[in-house]
Amino acid sequence: MQVEGLTRQVTGPEGVLLILQDVSFSVMPGEACAIIGTSGSGKTTLLGLLAGLDVPSSGRVRLDGVDLFALNEDARAQLRGRMIGFVFQTFQLLPGLTALENVMLPLELAGRSREARDAARELLERVGLGARLRHTPVQLSGGEQQRVAIARAFATRPKLLLADEPTGNLDQVTGERIIDLLFELSRAQNSTLLLVTHDEQLAQRCNRRLKLDAGRLVDT
Amino acid sequence: MNLFWFSLRMLARDWRAGELRVLFVALLIAVASVSAVGFSVDRVDRALHRQANELLGADALVVADHPPAPDVVQRAHDAGLKSAETLSFASMALAGDKNQLAEVKAVSENYPLRGELRIAQQPFAPEQRAQTIPPPGTVWADARLLSQLALKVGDVITLGATQLRIAAVLTHEPDRGSDLFSIGPRLLMNLRDVPATQLIQTGSRIRYRLLVAGDAQQVQNFRAAVTPLGPGEKLEGVEDARPEVRAALERAKRFLGLAALVSVLLAAVACAMSARRFTARHLDNCAIMRCLGARQSTITRIYLYQMLALGLMASLAGCAAGYAAQGVLTGLLGQLMAVQLPPPSLMPVLTGVATGMLTLLGFVVPPVLALKGVPTLRVLRREIGLPARGVSAYLFGAALFILLLLWQAGEVKLGLYLVASTAATLALLATAAFALVRALTLMRGRVGVAWRFGLANIVRRASGSVAQIMAIGLGLTALLLLTLVRGDLLASWQGSLPQDAPNRFVINIQPDQLGALREFFTREKMPPPEVYPMVRGRLVAVNGTSISPANYADQAARMIEREFNLSWMAQLPGDNRISAGRWWSDSASGEHALSVEEGIAKTLGIALGDRLTYNLAGQEFTGVVTSLRKVEWDSFRVNFFVIAAPGTLEQYPASYITSFYLPDARQPLLSALVKSFPNLTIIDVAAIMTQVRGIIERVTLAVEYIFIFTLAAGVMVLYAAIQSTQHERLHDGAMLRTLGASRWQLLSGVAAEFVVLGFLSGLVAAFAASATGYVLAERLFHLPYHFNPWLWLMGPGLGAVGVGVAGLLGSVPVLRHPPLYTLREV
Repeated sequence: MQVEGLTRQVTGPEGVLLILQDVSFSVMPGEACAIIGTSGSGKTTLLGLLAGLDVPSSGRVRLDGVDLFALNEDARAQLRGRMIGFVFQTFQLLPGLTALENVMLPLELAGRSREARDAARELLERVGLGARLRHTPVQLSGGEQQRVAIARAFATRPKLLLADEPTGNLDQVTGERIIDLLFELSRAQNSTLLLVTHDEQLAQRCNRRLKLDAGRLVDT
Repeated sequence: MNLFWFSLRMLARDWRAGELRVLFVALLIAVASVSAVGFSVDRVDRALHRQANELLGADALVVADHPPAPDVVQRAHDAGLKSAETLSFASMALAGDKNQLAEVKAVSENYPLRGELRIAQQPFAPEQRAQTIPPPGTVWADARLLSQLALKVGDVITLGATQLRIAAVLTHEPDRGSDLFSIGPRLLMNLRDVPATQLIQTGSRIRYRLLVAGDAQQVQNFRAAVTPLGPGEKLEGVEDARPEVRAALERAKRFLGLAALVSVLLAAVACAMSARRFTARHLDNCAIMRCLGARQSTITRIYLYQMLALGLMASLAGCAAGYAAQGVLTGLLGQLMAVQLPPPSLMPVLTGVATGMLTLLGFVVPPVLALKGVPTLRVLRREIGLPARGVSAYLFGAALFILLLLWQAGEVKLGLYLVASTAATLALLATAAFALVRALTLMRGRVGVAWRFGLANIVRRASGSVAQIMAIGLGLTALLLLTLVRGDLLASWQGSLPQDAPNRFVINIQPDQLGALREFFTREKMPPPEVYPMVRGRLVAVNGTSISPANYADQAARMIEREFNLSWMAQLPGDNRISAGRWWSDSASGEHALSVEEGIAKTLGIALGDRLTYNLAGQEFTGVVTSLRKVEWDSFRVNFFVIAAPGTLEQYPASYITSFYLPDARQPLLSALVKSFPNLTIIDVAAIMTQVRGIIERVTLAVEYIFIFTLAAGVMVLYAAIQSTQHERLHDGAMLRTLGASRWQLLSGVAAEFVVLGFLSGLVAAFAASATGYVLAERLFHLPYHFNPWLWLMGPGLGAVGVGVAGLLGSVPVLRHPPLYTLREV
């Protein structure tokens, strides 16, 4: 992944506000990279841009050689479906679906309905939820929900895994187990891991750390 | 991936999760009410139609100036229809040295096919249903004929070359002609006796009728098979029935149509509210799916398939529910309804499904499809919602809805009135709602914490609140319209034909008899009747061009053939309204100004400013049409097709006409009247009035019956409106509980929100219902409008209490469940 001169500004009641300012870096395949910084430093905005969920005011993101913002919204969605997995702080499971169905969803959206059920079951067993396939999110604990989210993120064997404060809503012990799982799976699938956190300890476990301060990259 | 199957699986998952139930139920109730109304209207309509058919004595008839052709009779037979024949002509009836021109009607076995003949043993004695027709060799004569010839039952009457015995007094025949005033006294005889009279000669003016009856399809087949008819033949159905009954049926259909339309309207609002909620609840799902790689078109197709499948299921279930509901209710009301309701047709199923799908396409699909536009960034920032939509999304729904209304109304005028009043009501509601939300912002600082929370909720969800107030207001408007205004309209309608409405007409009063007639009524302690002058004349030229029946189509030709009754008067009769031009002022008397009834003007192609020339007893009279009038024929008052300004017709030979109310107990007065004034012709319209009253009563029942469904649809709108913010409220409530709010504070807040919402919606609804009621009464039903102050009490009261209680009930889960459970759940 190559990031060049990424800038994001918004116009608010007090004039133009720079959320991200000229951010550039690159991440190699298989690397695990942490984006750290205090609240409001622009971490989540950066993650949104890297995933193509938002468009920058200027700058470029290349993913596997593809310029993300040269694509339209639909093409970016397809690219996400093919190449990117997500883990969110708030888990973001579909509340109406069971654990199994949540994990099946990205495969089904990518047109791989046939293999979806088996692949999802296998992944859920791997994250230790083989016995909870038919449970809906509300019947699962926070840690279990995040494990479902991780299984879902890896269902399509993405090249890039983006995680936004994956342990933010979890206690320390559960959080550590989740992180272990995340690293284990990304290593097994040889995925690039990019995680946003303000947890120094977690950041230490990554190959690289990118520190953001007031929208600028201050340390790589 | 096969998106269709995927959508169905998503649908099943959403269904399991309870996400679709509200929408499904809203749509189901929509279709159930529409189809229940449809089934009922269908059945009631057909029952009414059948009742109206009694006035023809048949379901359809072929009228001709020659005996019915054998192939036409054969076709009726082939179609499986029952048939009967009649022929009628005018002939002198003789008894001793007296003679009288009688309207003779000869009938075959089976006559009448609909309705019944009633006879009595002597004039004005109790009547009974006749089981047969007059046996050969006998006749039934009406009281007038007997009185004019000084005959009694059992006497012999001479008709042409034969003598016939009078076996009974004829008191009622269902298909008594369509013009009250041109009928002479009636003589009913057996068709088999006609040859013996030797009255049927070449050139005799005889009308032959072939009556047929059967089920609707058979009649339809017969109609199709005999069209086109030969020269001099004409097919008549119930549409050609008496003007009084036709007017009553028209109103009946409008009442029923209106009830059906209001439920469509309410259903659409309920669906739109549910769809709003569905959309709000699916924003996250769509953002996640977009994030997981779903294209916009994928999202669109997923939800489109889902909605179509849901719509079809809800529509079919709704039709079944509607059918069951009308079955139960018809069972309950069957005893009240005097006639057996015919079974429903399949048409309402089609109408129901089509209505369900159109409602879905117009009001559910556009907001749901907007989901494709959800910003994917919402997965990271939950506060990002859907981009504001333009008016275009609503235009599609509005256009579809107008089509739906026009289609359901079956009549452009009714549909347009409804569209216009809905649009006006919505505009009013929107304006009021915006003003309210604004005003509340100012009020917030001045109330306690509970009220502040409630009011703040309304203000915070400004656009949602406006939609909520509009939906609640519309729901309440419909409920008010259906309870109070409907009652008023029906009462007005019944009031238009009061119990003491004139039931006897007297014609042929000579100018020199006016004083004696007034004295007669005074002597009999009856109020002196109001008399109107009447001059008989034939229309001979329009704008100086001579006309003859040959220049005109069927119905118009018959009108030209016969003589008109012209009258003159200074004041416009109370139940007439000017529809074009102007009524003459007092100063204008002496001008040759004419006012023509709108219907006949249309039939004859007469317009304002046309010069009409009449032959009045050999002299020509020309007048200019200065106004067209609409006449309420079902008022049973004396009415004229053509009225002249005072000072124009006085020089022509005139007779007078009057009408009066004769209570049943005063029947003997008729004999005395005929004895004192033998030349008078008394026409009994009591039977027809009873028939019209019967229709009014049945329609009132039918409307009450259909109203139950419309009421359910109205309640559903309120439910959907309250439900639309349910989750947010549960969440907020749980938060407040967490922050230590007491049960009382919480309930007060919720109550404040809903009582205020309900009160203001009710206020606007009262205004809208009054305005709509006025327009409906004046413009559509032509009934007097009575201001109903209850609307202004019931509207806000019902709104505040009903919506308040419903809102509180909806918030009970917050109190019952631990806050954490609610917070996680929502």
